[in-house]
Parts: sequence; C-alpha cells; structure tokens
Amino acid sequence: MNPITKFIFELQGISLLVWRSFTGLFSRPRYASEWIRQMDLIGVGSLPIVLLTGFFTGAVLVLQTYLTLQAYSIQSSTGQLVATSLVRELGPVLTALMVSGRIGSAIAAELGSMVVSQQIDAMRAFGTDPNRKLVAPRLIALILMLPLLTVAADIFGLIGGAIVADTIYNQDVNAFVNSAREGIQVKDIIGGVVKPVFFGLVVGSVACHKGLSTTGGTVGVGKSTTDSVVIASIWVIIFDFFLSKALQYLLDIGKM
Amino acid sequence: MAKLEDTLNISDEEGFVTEFDAAMDDPYRVKPVIEFRDVRLAFDDKVILDGVSFTVRRGETKCILGRSGGGKSTTIRLILGLLKPDSGQILIDGEDITGFSEEEMMPVRQKIGMVFQEGALFDSLSVYENVAYRLREQNVEEEEIEHEVRRMLRFVDLEDAIDKTPNELSGGMRRRVGIARALVGDPEIVLYDEPTAGLDPPTARTICELAIKLRDLQDVSSIFVTHEMNNIGYLSSEYAIVTETGEVVLEKEGEKLCLINTEVIMLRDGKIAFSGTDEKLRSSSDPYIQNFVYGK
Repeated sequence: MNPITKFIFELQGISLLVWRSFTGLFSRPRYASEWIRQMDLIGVGSLPIVLLTGFFTGAVLVLQTYLTLQAYSIQSSTGQLVATSLVRELGPVLTALMVSGRIGSAIAAELGSMVVSQQIDAMRAFGTDPNRKLVAPRLIALILMLPLLTVAADIFGLIGGAIVADTIYNQDVNAFVNSAREGIQVKDIIGGVVKPVFFGLVVGSVACHKGLSTTGGTVGVGKSTTDSVVIASIWVIIFDFFLSKALQYLLDIGKM
Repeated sequence: MAKLEDTLNISDEEGFVTEFDAAMDDPYRVKPVIEFRDVRLAFDDKVILDGVSFTVRRGETKCILGRSGGGKSTTIRLILGLLKPDSGQILIDGEDITGFSEEEMMPVRQKIGMVFQEGALFDSLSVYENVAYRLREQNVEEEEIEHEVRRMLRFVDLEDAIDKTPNELSGGMRRRVGIARALVGDPEIVLYDEPTAGLDPPTARTICELAIKLRDLQDVSSIFVTHEMNNIGYLSSEYAIVTETGEVVLEKEGEKLCLINTEVIMLRDGKIAFSGTDEKLRSSSDPYIQNFVYGK
C-alpha cells in the first residue's frame, strides 16, 4: 500500500477509536473502577521516573547554561532561563516522552496480546465493547494524569536546578527562586498544562490503536509495541511545535 | 431452556422418545437456528468464503471440516458478528443480523456461547471471574453468579480450580474453563472453534463428550469447527442419555438408534465441498475428501 494511503487509513482508525471512546462516555456502562485503576497505574506508577527525569533535566540545565550566562554577566537570570524552558517546553515534552515509553508501550503490548490470544474477540462475544472497557479508561487516565505528572516534573526540575546553582555555582537559593518567579507568568503555566492534555491524547490513542490493530501473533505484538512508542514520540515532538505556536498566539506569550 | 439439573431428572427413556417425535413437527424445531445464505467474504484479494449456504437446526451439531486457513474460524466470527460478510445473509433464530450494528448484536450474542481456539481466557482475571464475566456484565446478583459459576465448573469437572488464574492451568483445563464460560447463561447456540487442537487424545475426548452432552441433554445447537477426524467420529457416532439411576452415560449408535442430529460440512477454497453425514463423508470417492479423511 502506498505510504500516504496507509497514513490516511491509520489516521482514520485513530480518529474513529477516539471518537467512539468519547461518545461512549455519554451512556452506560462506563466502567468507572477501571478509570481509577488506570489512573493509579499511569499516574502514580509513572511518578518515580518522571520525577527523576525532571530533577536531572533541571540540574543539567543549570549546569550547562550558568557558564554561558556568566560570560555575559547575567548569571543571576539562571533561574528565569531554567524555569521558562522547563515549564514551557521541557517539562511537558520530556514527561510525555517518558510516559510514552513506559505506558504507551505497555498499553500496546497488553492490548496486542489480548488481540492475538482472542481475548478481545471473547470480550466482544460476551457483550462488552472494548472501546468502553479498555480504550476509554486508558485515554481518560492519560489525559488527566499527564498534566499532573508534568507539573510534578517541573517542580522537581526547579528543585534540581536550585540545588546545582547553590552547591556548584554558589548561587543563593533565594536568588534562584526569585529569578525563576520573575521568569514565569501565569500564561506559561497554563500553556505548560494544556500541552500535556494533547500529548496524553496522542500517546493514548496511538498506543490503543496500534495494540488493537495487532496482527501476526507474538511477533506482531513486539512490532506494535515498538511502533507505538516511536510513532507517539515523533507525534509528540511534531505536535509540540504547532501547539507552542498556537498557544503563543492564543495566550499572547512572548509579548512583554 | 431447561437447566442441567432439570434435564438430569429425565429418567423415563420412552417418554423422551415420544417427546422427540412430537418435537420433530414443532415449527420451533423446524426453523433453522443458524442460516447462511450465499455468504461471501474476501480480505483484499484473498477469497475466504465464496457463496456459502447452510443451516443448523435446533439441537443439531454441524461439524465444519477443512484445511487450516480455509475459512472455518471465519464462519464462526461471522455468526458472532465480529466480522461482516461482503455479501449474502446470516440469520440467527430467523433474524437477519447481516446489517446489525455492534449495539444491535449484543442481545444476539447473549444467545450464543463461544469456545475459542486456545480458550481465550482473560489473563488478568481468575477462573471464577472469567466464568462470571458475562453475568457480571449483565449486573446479575453476586449470589446467583456464584451459584451459576459453580454449576458450570462442576459440569466441566473443574470446581477445584475456581480460585486459580489462567496461567496456572494446563491447556486442556483452559479449554474446559473456556467451555464453562461459554455455557454460563444457558445459551441456545454454542460455537466451538477447534476446541481440541493441540490437546492429548484423552483430553480431546473429554471435550467432545461435553459437546455431546450439551447437544443431547441440553438441546443446544452448535457448530463444531475442527480438522481432526476422530472428533467427528465421536460426535457423529455417540450419544448421551440419562440412565434410570440418573447417571449420564454415552452410548454408541447402532441398531437401536441412528444419530441424525450431527452432520459434516467440508470447506474447500471458500466453497462447500461436501455436506452430509459422516458415513457419506467416509465413503466419498472425491480424492480431496479421501485425502483429508484418511490423510493419504
């Protein structure tokens, strides 16, 4: 099949999946307990890796940028630089990438093995709509949890940055925090929380679609898993650019 | 439909026979439970079913034979509405389900029990929860669920495994749990998708015995997809009766009784190559059928 046709078919599949899952929310059964379980699995389960990623990203940002800023004698703005880059950009994107790696792959593998062992067929045969029972709870959980994880990563990034500034460059923590507070505005935070909502949708819908369209036995499960992580990660980065542009326009970011 | 315990109370064999005679003229029995009318299905260029028509009457078992990848499992998936045919009609209980949406299929699926190839048990649930799955979805009271689950697990002789997870079970046990799960809610139709594939002969025999009991004692209509000839041998030559002591025994057909409730369909290249009794199948002179039946 021609790659463009294939792409359009995939896009159609993903859109239908998302559409069916969300329209399913307006009628019973909704499987609310499954939502909670997925939120725990995705949210609480991903917290350690997301916090670690955030912490060291903030730390390395200070480590690398401090010296450059010092060359221009504006090292007092380190906090501002780290805060804006973390809150606007690195927090949402890195969290989405980590979650895509950990959760996206797990979703694709789980749904994929359910497909090849005919468990999805069995579910449908016993009167359960897999969109309601499997897809919707995962999408909801990702969409709700990713912004929260992002905020946690941002905070730990700032803590990491502050520690490096204090211990390695002897910059006072208060000075760092003040500079950071100057740097970020409410609209940056809004932007930084809106982005992961979309990233959650991208990661979840790609992973669920890839998992449910698995063919070719256990080898197929492996392929779906890899595809899901690669495709979701690429789309997170592509989406990030367009979302950033849209948010700049909508929230007037960048205009002082 | 009568539940197993009620059926087990039939001890008067003569009464059973007169009941059977009367039943033969009953329109309820004459109307096909499953009907395929000129069903066609192709995936891209590959033709899977090419104008397949057949019927399954109430209480009848249709064995579908054919090579791997020959459209046997597809037939079953079509009945459940998991796939839609390109053309033709599929009727369940006289109702044309061909154009049914997923929502409209739900009440139809409740009449059908399905035994999947490898059992297809939900890995994340225990045996109890697997068997209870359908009832839970229907919001049945927990007390009733437990009663039903135990009754079904007793039927497949696996009540001890109730708290185990599917990973702890052997292949044969998984199939039996699969059967128990399919039978919950007393479906009128049971579909078996190669239920004995990969099992040792005694376990395979047990599975066939369960199918025979369901057919003869519970009046279940079924489709039994297989490529193993000995399964066909069991299903079309043995029948289950209840003795005076209330025991269920299997007997071989012979002078006393000739089974007419089991027929064989053979699929070849998407078409029905043979349809009839197993005796006719074995005596067919068609080289393809000979090759399939005798393996040479």
